Parts: sequence; structure tokens; C-alpha cells
Amino acid sequence: MSAATLDVAWARRFVTLATETVVEHRVELSELDREIGDGDHGENLARGFTAVAAAVDGSSAETVGGVLKLVATTLMSTVGGAAGPLYGTAFLRAAKVSDAPEIDAEGVHTLLDAGLEGIVARGKANVGDKTMVDAWTPAVAAAQSSAASGASPAEVLRAAADAAQQGAVDTDPLVALKGRASYLGERSVGHRDPGAASSALLLDAAARAAQA
Amino acid sequence: MSLRRPGGPGRTESTTGLVLVSHSALLAAGVVELAAQMAPDVVLRPAGGTDDARLGTSFDVVERAVAAELDAGCDGVVILADIGSARMTAESVVEALEDSRVVLAGGAFVEGAVAAAVAAQTGGSVRDVVAAAAAATRQVQDELDPEQPRGVTGSDASNDRAAVPTASGAVSRRVRVTNPQGLHARPAATLAQLAASFDAEVTIDGVDAGSLLSLMGLGLTQGLEVTLAATGPEAHEAIDAVAHTFESGFGEL
Repeated sequence: MSAATLDVAWARRFVTLATETVVEHRVELSELDREIGDGDHGENLARGFTAVAAAVDGSSAETVGGVLKLVATTLMSTVGGAAGPLYGTAFLRAAKVSDAPEIDAEGVHTLLDAGLEGIVARGKANVGDKTMVDAWTPAVAAAQSSAASGASPAEVLRAAADAAQQGAVDTDPLVALKGRASYLGERSVGHRDPGAASSALLLDAAARAAQA
Repeated sequence: MSLRRPGGPGRTESTTGLVLVSHSALLAAGVVELAAQMAPDVVLRPAGGTDDARLGTSFDVVERAVAAELDAGCDGVVILADIGSARMTAESVVEALEDSRVVLAGGAFVEGAVAAAVAAQTGGSVRDVVAAAAAATRQVQDELDPEQPRGVTGSDASNDRAAVPTASGAVSRRVRVTNPQGLHARPAATLAQLAASFDAEVTIDGVDAGSLLSLMGLGLTQGLEVTLAATGPEAHEAIDAVAHTFESGFGEL
């Protein structure tokens, strides 16, 4: 059973599942961040998404974009670390292209592409810099080919989430060139980028929300 | 904090406020303290840490600081940020506000903030203040470049009143600091602007006279004698003008 479109109920389920997953993985994410950053990525995201869940719960948003905009502004003010403005900008750009009651498979690709564009605009990172861009770039590419092949929105999100997970794993051997980890240079090799890891978790939550 | 228009109501100077953004509330407050020492009349606000006093930055904290400065009567607000999310959060605020009066400056946090504050103190517009932060940062970069030593004093000075041409086509002159307060922030900023207005390379005791921070770094107090030197098409005019401001005690006598 795969619906042809996603609606605001999907966006709300995504928020619930995303909050659950970052809370569940917060220790793991912070440990990744302790290796090559300031060690607060998991706690910051857990705090941010807990605030997001409360905000979305109390809102009357009726479009996907309406929910995503609330996610964006809440994260920007509650996360504290770099993930705040990065995810905040990603969700804000995604919200701008999804201010409709329903989005189709191509709309999902457009939404993810806008999110990636926001992350790049804010963080100025390139592919291979060992950042969340390394998870999002293959995710958007997978979403594009999946949507082009006539897949459902849920299938497009699954393809994107799987590609993001592979992208996160592929950051292990990279030398960090952006963010706090870049101060470590070669010593960042062998560690997974926490932002890429959390990006994969969030896209997985989006895919699971579409299957429900 | 009083809000003074440096030149009085009849002048065209701007009232530019500064917001200092850092992960650390202590660091932001410390830079405000440091900058305020040289710019007592500038509206300076720290926006460090998160809403709940953790390390980090918050869109709301930065946005509130900017709004408070505009409410306080600033014509414009320049934001300076240190690393990582501080800069990205500040960028997000500037983008969201879509207000041409609010600008994020690039550059070194501490050096940029001090130079920016001094530029704001002397009535600099948002553009002037951003340029001052950039210039201060370039100076930091220059210090890392061994090919361009700074602060080397030219010692071939003459005590003559007239500008003395040297072998390299440069002119130089010795002048004395005459005003009681010496070359503090306001006259240093005026001097830097004046020196930069000529088609000439002007130095004071070997440092670039167009660089506010270099001038401040000389620590010139009343009674000290310095060597002015200039090269370039307008070297004579530049030396005359700069010497005149020294002799007039930077307008403070």
C-alpha cells in the first residue's frame, strides 16, 4: 500500500518518529561528536526535537510546509550547536517548496533537494568535506532517480534514506574539512560524521512515516 | 549606556550598533567589555550562549539583541560572530529579517569587534563598520606573513619642518603628539581616514597610517615624537595634512 501523495499527517508522523529516533540515539550521536567535535550533537538534537514535537502538537498547521516551517524555527532556537542553523535552514527551504496539502513523488525529490540546498547555503560545505552534505547529496540523487522511475513518495523516501545511510558510513575514512572537526585534520579519519549520521536517522524517520 | 551621535544632530554620522555572537556568553560579554573601553558611546550587545544558558547559539537570542539595538535608536546594526554555529545562526537571523540595516560582518571576532566598535564610535555607517572589521582582520593575516614585517620604524627621519624627500622618492617629517589624551580611538580613526584619502602610502613610525588598529597599537601619548613618511603621487599633500592634524592636537586643544 503506497499512497500517491503525502499530506500533513505524514509530516506530523515524521516529527513524532524523528523525535523518537534522535532521543533514542542521542548518546550514540554525542559519542560520535565527542570523537571529532564538541560532544553535544545528540543532546542538542534530542532537546531540539523534543521542543519541535511539542510545538507541532500545539499547532494547527494544515500543510506539509506549515509543519516543516515550525520544525525549522524551533530547531534554530533550541538546538544551540551547528545543527540548529543547518537543519533549520534545510527545513525552512523544504517548507517553502512544500506549502501544499499534498505532495507527490517528484514533490518529495524537490523537497529534499531544497533541504540540501539550504544546508549547502548555510554551511558552505562541499561533497567529501565529511559533513551532513555527504549524506544528503546521495539521498537527493537517489530520490531523483527513484521519482523519475515512477516510484511512490514512500519508495522515494526509502531510496533517499538508504542512500543517506550509505553516505554517512562513507564519511568514516574522510578527513574533515568543515566545522570543529576540521581542527583535527587527519585525526578525524576513522570516525563517522555525526551530522551525516543524524541526517540518515531523520531521513529514515521520514521514510517510515510514509509507510504508516 | 548613553546613545550619543558623535557629531551632533547637524552632522551626517550614523549611529551603528554592534551585536557580538558567540557560543560562549562569557566570551561575547568579554568582547563587549573590551570594545566598550574604546567605544563608550556605541550600543554594544552580547548574544552569546543559548536561551537556557548553555554553550551554543540561539536564533531568538541574536534576533532579540538586534531588535533591541534598533529600538535603542541605532540606524543600523552590525553583527560579528566567532565560529561554527555562531556565524550560521547570525546568517540565519540576517536572512530572516530581510532588513538592509542589519548586516553580518566577516573577520576575526576580537580584533574585528574592537575595530568595528571604534569605527562606530566615530560615526561610521554600517558599511564603514564592516570595512573596519575586515581591515583589522587583514592586519591579523599580515602578521602571519613573514614577507611583510610590520611595525618596523624608519629611523632616517629629519627634524626639519618641511617634508624631506629621500632616495626612494618618499617624504618624511617628525611631529609631536600635542593633545593631553594622545592618539586615542577617535583621533586614530580620523587619522586613518585622512591618510587613506590620499593617493599615497603613509606610515607613522613604520606602521600603515590607514590602519586604525596599527595606529592604536603605537600607544602614542602626549609629548611623544613620531616619524611620518609617505610615498606616492600625493605624498607631500598627505604628509602636510597628517602633520597638521598632529600639530592641532587632533582638534582637542
